[in-house]
Amino acid sequence: MTQSLRPVRIGFIPLADAAALCVAVDKGFSAAEGLEATLVREVSWSNVRDKLNIGLFDAAHMLAPMAVASSLGLGHVRAPLVAPFTLALNGNAITVSPGLHAALAAEGGNLADPVQSAAALARVAKARAKAGREQLVFGMTFPFSAHNYLLRYWMAAGGLDPDEDVRLVVLPPPFMVDSLAHGQVDGFCVGAPWNSVAVEAGAGVVLHCSCEIFSDAVEKVLALRDSVAEREPELVAALTRALARAAAFVGAPENLDETAAILARADRVGVPAEILKRTLGGLMRLAPGEALRPVADYLIIGDGRPSPTQAAWLYAQMARWGQAPLDLALRDAARRTFRPDFYDAALGAGAGRAAPALRTCCGPAFDENDIDAYLRGFAINRRI
Amino acid sequence: MKIVIVDESPIRAAILQEGLREAGYVDVTRIAEMDHLLKKIYAADPDVILIDLENPSRDILEQMFQMSRAVRRPVAMFVDQSDAASIQASVEAGVSAYIVDGMKKERIKSILDLCVSRFNAFSKLQDELERARSDLEERKTLDRAKGLLMKAKGLSEDEAYRLMRGVAMREKKKIAEIAQSILTAAELLK
Repeated sequence: MTQSLRPVRIGFIPLADAAALCVAVDKGFSAAEGLEATLVREVSWSNVRDKLNIGLFDAAHMLAPMAVASSLGLGHVRAPLVAPFTLALNGNAITVSPGLHAALAAEGGNLADPVQSAAALARVAKARAKAGREQLVFGMTFPFSAHNYLLRYWMAAGGLDPDEDVRLVVLPPPFMVDSLAHGQVDGFCVGAPWNSVAVEAGAGVVLHCSCEIFSDAVEKVLALRDSVAEREPELVAALTRALARAAAFVGAPENLDETAAILARADRVGVPAEILKRTLGGLMRLAPGEALRPVADYLIIGDGRPSPTQAAWLYAQMARWGQAPLDLALRDAARRTFRPDFYDAALGAGAGRAAPALRTCCGPAFDENDIDAYLRGFAINRRI
Repeated sequence: MKIVIVDESPIRAAILQEGLREAGYVDVTRIAEMDHLLKKIYAADPDVILIDLENPSRDILEQMFQMSRAVRRPVAMFVDQSDAASIQASVEAGVSAYIVDGMKKERIKSILDLCVSRFNAFSKLQDELERARSDLEERKTLDRAKGLLMKAKGLSEDEAYRLMRGVAMREKKKIAEIAQSILTAAELLK
């Protein structure tokens, strides 16, 4: 058979959670599905979104909330997207400067508990305000990102208003470590491998891995334009099968070396294989000079079946922080962005694990049928 | 109208700035350093922000769309779907524009078209520079290989060149590749 391959351009940001995408292309899994896939490394999420939107990309590695926001027309872009595959769960961490870490420790309490660490942060922030010092500044990667919601959820759990008591700023991940080292930010929330890079540089201490705050939380998805997915379901199915195979490959411990070597290439993630291997293997060094320790579920690659409930949950976070009004139509549009039907069509119903249920460290239980009541359960929120 | 250019490349920014000036936009500021980017933008208080797409700091600008104490004026990117061709051309050329709400669309379009032509002119210039550089490298390689052949086989310069050209034609390769293999072989046999 000499049928020509379907060319596909896929945008991605160099992060460890692009592992399934890189492996699918570089191990030939996408070619085996009849796709001639080209991965295009991008420098900003805005570029990824816009190039997908105008058709320069056929598919993209995308922040899960960004895909939802784009479908809902939040911010300034309205382009309905669909996510047939979850590329990664968790994988983020909150890292603070050694100075702030010492200040938090001096407050007493158990810093390993997110509620207590946030309460310590609230006391430090309020003492600074009283002393007339500048507010603490925290970096995150994008307004519509798990990083933004993680920081906010955590801070508010300690009684801190993230819009009043601290400053949250967007920073491109490659600039995070430098900004922390130079005191432009006091902490940040970012994905792998940047927290480890900060610890190795002696610039930061990992306060919480994201799974301690949101566990089994969707982080990145494969996104396509809605119109393309409807027109070419076979393209969606081929991509989904290639990614499922790649995710299984990444998940097998005996493939760790090979996966890390693929990701380490300069045109992929481009950081040393050793750090990638550690990240994918769930090992973290939490503070400079400390031993590596296993963090269960630090970053989960695959578990690809999208969960509409998680999309509704992301929408609820947007509503909590004033990025979106509360509206059933919007909730439904958010749910429709995550498409388990595409996943099932590609792999057969019942493939993979059941969609993971998200768990949080604290706060009211999520009810997608009553987001209003859920949000009223939080003392601090900015609903519009 | 106040325009801010966020571009780390001084040459490209200068080319763009000159084009804007010729078109009558004289109030143009360039931001080259990315630290405190938002603060600098607020201080400049522009009507239009132009940013090159190779710049990771583009995501920082997205924060301007969030309801926040710091923002005084809402800004919207030029992604009006009715003008998809313009947007596509600008993204392909590698530039993006953010504008203040309420700005006349025709004015923005003329600025964007200008950006596209200037950005494309810049890439052409870069390609030409790159080609000139590699031409020079090839010539150097060729001269060194010629010298080696002349010495090793007692050939004249012309004979050495014709020998390499003959091999290149027979093997369907570029003469520069043959010259490079001669240099590599000579290095190994040293």
